Amino acid sequence: MPAKRPKNPARELLFGDLWEFDPAPETAPAHIAPRYDLFINGKSTPPKSKKWFDSISPGDGKKISEIALANEADVDAAYAAAAAAFPKWSATPGAERGKFLYRIARLLQDRSREFAVAETIDGGKPIRESRDFDLPVAAAHFFYHAGWADKLAFAAPGRTLAPLGVVGQIIPWNFPLLMLAWKIAPALACGNTVVLKPAETTSVTAMKFCSILQDAGLPPGVVNIVTGAGDTGAAVVKHPAAAKIAFTGSTPVGKWIQHTLAGTDKRLTLELGGKAANIVFEDATIDQAVEGIVNGIFFNQGHVCCAGSRLLVQESVAAEVLKKLKLRMRHLRVGDPLDKNTDIGAINSRKQLEKIRDLVGSGLQEGAEIFQPDCRLPSRGFYFPPTLFSGVSLSHRIAREEIFGPVLSILTFRTPEEAVEKANNTPYGLSAGIWTDKGSRILDMAAKLKAGVIWANTYNKFDPASPFGGFKESGFGREGGKQGLLDYAKIV
Amino acid sequence: MSRLPVSKTPKCLVGGSFIRSESGRVYPIASPSGEFLCNIPLCTRKDVRNAVEAAAKAGPAWIKRSAYNRGQILYRLAEMLESRSEELAGSISTTTGDHPAARREIDAAIDRAVHYAGWTDKFEALLGSVNPVASPHFNFTVTEPMGIVGILAPEEAPLLGLLSMVLPAITAGNTVVALASKAHPLPAILLGEIITVSDLPAGVVNLLTGSRADMVETFATHEHIRALHATATRTERTSIDQGASTNLKRTALLPGESPRDWFNNGAAGLDEIRQFLEFKTVWHPIAS
Repeated sequence: MPAKRPKNPARELLFGDLWEFDPAPETAPAHIAPRYDLFINGKSTPPKSKKWFDSISPGDGKKISEIALANEADVDAAYAAAAAAFPKWSATPGAERGKFLYRIARLLQDRSREFAVAETIDGGKPIRESRDFDLPVAAAHFFYHAGWADKLAFAAPGRTLAPLGVVGQIIPWNFPLLMLAWKIAPALACGNTVVLKPAETTSVTAMKFCSILQDAGLPPGVVNIVTGAGDTGAAVVKHPAAAKIAFTGSTPVGKWIQHTLAGTDKRLTLELGGKAANIVFEDATIDQAVEGIVNGIFFNQGHVCCAGSRLLVQESVAAEVLKKLKLRMRHLRVGDPLDKNTDIGAINSRKQLEKIRDLVGSGLQEGAEIFQPDCRLPSRGFYFPPTLFSGVSLSHRIAREEIFGPVLSILTFRTPEEAVEKANNTPYGLSAGIWTDKGSRILDMAAKLKAGVIWANTYNKFDPASPFGGFKESGFGREGGKQGLLDYAKIV
Repeated sequence: MSRLPVSKTPKCLVGGSFIRSESGRVYPIASPSGEFLCNIPLCTRKDVRNAVEAAAKAGPAWIKRSAYNRGQILYRLAEMLESRSEELAGSISTTTGDHPAARREIDAAIDRAVHYAGWTDKFEALLGSVNPVASPHFNFTVTEPMGIVGILAPEEAPLLGLLSMVLPAITAGNTVVALASKAHPLPAILLGEIITVSDLPAGVVNLLTGSRADMVETFATHEHIRALHATATRTERTSIDQGASTNLKRTALLPGESPRDWFNNGAAGLDEIRQFLEFKTVWHPIAS
C-alpha cells in the first residue's frame, strides 16, 4: 500500500506521519482477580456492606473487576486491626521494621511488569509510564524509607522520633500504586500502622499489593486497605482511632478534611491541587524547554497535581515556542494505554473526561485560541487530545482552575518581575518550572516563586529522597526526604 | 500636697505606631486588691485586619535581612528587655501580685530572646538538606518563612508565653500579629515600646489587646494569615481549625486546658522554628 501523505502545508517531516506504527501492545498478564474484598488484619475480608462496585478500564470502558464497597463498620474493623497491631509493630526494633520494607521493595521489583500492566489497565496511563516511572519509583520509596526505620534518631537534630499510632491515608487515582508507596512507606518506617483507602476508580493495584504484604510476612493489621468512594473516605477521616490523616487529592476535599478534623487534635497532612507556572525565558534552550513543557503537561494525561498547566513565555520568544510546541504536539501518540508507543493514554474516568471538556469549553467561550493536533482517538474508552490554548489571560477559568487533563494554557510576560507576579497569582503553590541558561536567575526565581517544588530546566522529576509538597492552598506537609519523615512521627 | 504622677495610657503596637483600638472601646484592669490601674484597648476585627496589613508590608524587607542581621536585632531586643527588666517585672506583678515570680519570668524571657538570636543563622543548615536523587540533578531543600503568623498568647506567663510564641516565628523570618493575655496585658504593652527601640523593623511584630471572642474568627479566617500559633481551649481550637480550613492555614495549637511549662527550655528551639517554615525543594540538572 503506498504511503499516504496527509495534508501538511508546513511540509515538516513528522515522525510517524508517513507510516502507521504497528500496534505494540504489552501482553504480560496482569493477573487481575474478578473480585476484590477488603484487606483487613492481613486477610482478604468480604465487606460487611455486602456490596461491590465495578472497576472500569478507561482504555476501553470495559469492566475489569469488582471492588468491595467498605462501609463504616468495615472501616471500623480496619481501624480495630490497625490499633491492635500498633503496640507490637511500634515496639519492633527499627532495623527489623526496615527489613520488612526492604522485602516489600524487592517483591514489588520482582513483579514490576505484572503490576505495571495492571496499573495501565486499571488507570489508563501509558504502559511506558507505569513501567518506567510508577513502578520503579514506588519500589524506590519502600527501599528509601526502609533505611530510615533504624535511623530515626538522626532525622531531627538533638531529638528522636516516636510513632503517632494508627494513620488514616487516602490516595488519589492519578498514581495509584506510587501514592500508596508514598503514604505507606514513611508511615511504617516510623512505626505507625495504617488504614489506607485507594481512589474508587483505581483500587486494583492496591489490592494486588496486599499479596505482596502477605508474601513479605508483614504482621497482620499493620497495613489495612479499605476500598470505596467518598463515603468510605469520610469514614476513614472521621474515625476516632486515627492519630493522623494523610490525604492526597483535591483542594476542596482537603479543606473539608481540615474542617472536619477541627478540635480533634489529630495530625493532618494534605497534598492538594496545583496550577503550576512553567516559565520560559528568552535565553532558554528552546528545544529543550519544549520537551520539558510537553513532559510538564502531557505526562500522565495531565493528571498530575504539579502539572505545568500555565506556560509563561517571555514575549520575545513566544512565537517560536508556540510554533515548536505545536509541531512537537503533532508527534504525540494518543491511544491504547497498553501500546508501548503511546504517549498519552486514556483519561481516568468518564467523570474526569467531562470535567476536562467543560473547562476546555469555558476556554473557548472566554475567547482563548485553541490548538489540537489531528489525532484519531479510539472509539471506545475515555480519551482527550492534547490541547493548547493561546491568548489566555489570568482571569480565564482555564488559567485559574485545576484542569487535571492534557490542556495547556499559554501566557506571556516581559520581565522576570512580571513572571513572578503572574506565577504567584493563584491560591495554589505546589510547583513551578524555570527555563533559562542563567544560573543566578534560576536561584533568584526559585526564591521568589511561592511553590514547594521548583524544577529548573527540567520538569516532573520525583525521587524518594526529595521532599514533595505545597505552599498555600496546595496543602501542607512533605512527602519524601527527612522532611517528609517528620510528618509521620512525634518529635520527642 | 504630694505630686500627682502622670499615668501612662496603654496602647497597642501596629506597624510601628502606637494605636488605641479603632473601636474606641477599652476595658479596665485592676490590681489584685481591686484598685483601678488603667484602661486597655479592646481591639476588634478591624484592628486585626490593619495589623495584618502592617505585617504584610513588613514581610518582604524582613526576609531580605541577612540571617546574621536578624540575629543581631533579636539580641538587641534582649538588651532592651534587660535594661527595662525591673519595669517589665512590675508590669506583671501589678496585676498578679507576685513580684518574685514576675522577676523569674522576665529573666527567662530575656534568656529566650538571646537563645533565638543565636538560631537565625543556624536553623537553615539543620533543617534544609541536599538530597541524593537517583538522576543527574543537584537537588536541595531550603526553608522559607510562611508569611504572616497569627498568635494567640496564653493567659498565664503573659510575657514569657507571648515571647516564646513570637520569637520562633520571627526567627524563621515571618511577621507576626499577636493577641496578648487579656487578664495581664501590661507586659505586652510595654513589650511594644521595647520592640520599637530594638531595631526590629516596624510591622514585623504587631501586638493587640482585648477579648479573644471578638477576634478569634478573624485570626482563623483571614486570607493573608498563613499560619496560626495559639494557646486555645478545645472550643477555640475547633473554631480555629474550622476557620483555618477556608485557606488551609497551618495551625500549631496548644491545649489551653493543660498549660505548657513556659520556663522549660523544651518550649524553645529548633522544633518551634520549624513549625513556621515551608520547605522548598529545587531541582537543577547537572550537565556540562
